[in-house]
Amino acid sequence: MTPLLRVESLGHRFPAARGDAWAVRDAKLDLYAGEVIAIVGESGSGKTTLLNCIAGRLQPTLGQVHYRNAAGTWVDVHRLAERERRALARTEWGFVEQQASDGLRMNVSAGANVGERLMGLGRRHYGELRGTACEWMRRVELDADRIDDSPRAFSGGMRQRLQIARNLVTRPRLVLMDEPTSGLDVSVQARLLDLIRLLVARLHLSALIVTHDLGVARLLAHRTLVMREGRVVEQGLTDRVLDDPQHPYTQLLVSSVVSP
Amino acid sequence: MKRDEPRLPTLQVRDLHKRFTLHLRGGRALPVLHGVSLDVDAGECVALVGPSGQGKSTLVKCLYGSYAANAGQMLLQLADAGVELTQATPQRWLALRRRDIAYVSQFLRAVPRVSALDVVAERLLEADPAPPGAELDDEMHARALDAAREQVRALFARLNLPASLWELPPATFSGGEQQRVNIARGFVQPARLLLLDEPTASLDAANRRVVVQLIDEAKSRGCAVVGIFHDEEVRDAVATRCVSLNAGAALAAPGPAQWPPA
Repeated sequence: MTPLLRVESLGHRFPAARGDAWAVRDAKLDLYAGEVIAIVGESGSGKTTLLNCIAGRLQPTLGQVHYRNAAGTWVDVHRLAERERRALARTEWGFVEQQASDGLRMNVSAGANVGERLMGLGRRHYGELRGTACEWMRRVELDADRIDDSPRAFSGGMRQRLQIARNLVTRPRLVLMDEPTSGLDVSVQARLLDLIRLLVARLHLSALIVTHDLGVARLLAHRTLVMREGRVVEQGLTDRVLDDPQHPYTQLLVSSVVSP
Repeated sequence: MKRDEPRLPTLQVRDLHKRFTLHLRGGRALPVLHGVSLDVDAGECVALVGPSGQGKSTLVKCLYGSYAANAGQMLLQLADAGVELTQATPQRWLALRRRDIAYVSQFLRAVPRVSALDVVAERLLEADPAPPGAELDDEMHARALDAAREQVRALFARLNLPASLWELPPATFSGGEQQRVNIARGFVQPARLLLLDEPTASLDAANRRVVVQLIDEAKSRGCAVVGIFHDEEVRDAVATRCVSLNAGAALAAPGPAQWPPA
């Protein structure tokens, strides 16, 4: 089996960091097609930095990120020309931001948000774009009658679902998510998690989900990586990491929540 | 396979060790399994017996991959080859769990918002995942889902789960109702190895009898069953053999002071 994504000895140190402060050290990771990996750890553990390095948004100080594209060719994400990387991000990849307002264009309608990636792929037929946008709004359980509303008129949970529709409309192969459910009410979280779970399974998506919530990892992820102080201290099957944690830090994490 | 070659047991466990290291308790070591060996043939149901604290559930969780064994082997025979489970990658474990290994735990881990019907139907669909690139609303999936739900309805009916509950998420069900959903999930997809951890706890007599029937059917299909049954009536009805983790010198090696001697 060939992975879809391969992260090799990735390290990142922010220019302003003092002394030996590495945000991410020696991270290695293989992600296979159809697999969901959760990256867990507390704030400051380096999980979002790792995700941003993988996404190509941040140039890692050390190491490489290789991705096998739809044509079957391996590309080094950080050696792609900016234009190619943008094209990849718009077509084969998706990125769901923690803050929906960072991932949506707040000044255009919900429908235009969903249609934008399709237009980027050269689809221009208005009726068709609108039809696809309606379909995706329904899939993420948004009222398609609100297609012309601004995302500003949507609640946090609705915005997050719109962001997911906006990302998935081009059927990406890899979706990166940064704390997609934090900041939402618990009931809204459950609904969103259920939606992500369903779409990931139905679309055979591969996903990397950064979360501090072990319950999210339990529900969505096949495998879980635990990060602490920039290092991946443990990784494996999600139920094994949560039920039989080996590293002292993972044991602390697991024992600190009510019911992971 | 050559004709004169004897058929290997479905599961061969050899000298399995499992120890927990409690880092938050000063690194205290908790040895639970010390040298467990066990063969389970196709069509056989091995009941793990003995007082609690002997590692019965731990063994079952090692066999399901939720716990990592520290030493020893667990060899599972598939149609074409054997897999050494202690060496299996996470991807391999996930594939085995989709088709070859089923597990009924003591409690259902409910997923919010998913109906009881789909909690179980999902297991059937996972065994035959849609090809990559399949369309979201394609008819193939709709038909597969309908067929899976139909199969689940039949199983729910056998388990006397009230039809009014089928479309509801199991989170609000009673313990016994949740457990029947859990049992349906474990039995709906025929597996090569079936792991049962007190499947009949919280069930009434009528439903215990249904579970006994389901286990018998799995055995006659050639499934190898490893189970923990505190209900002696159920155990006597289904077990072809009882194995005590407490018996035999290899299994009762003296542990450290915090463990009561066998």
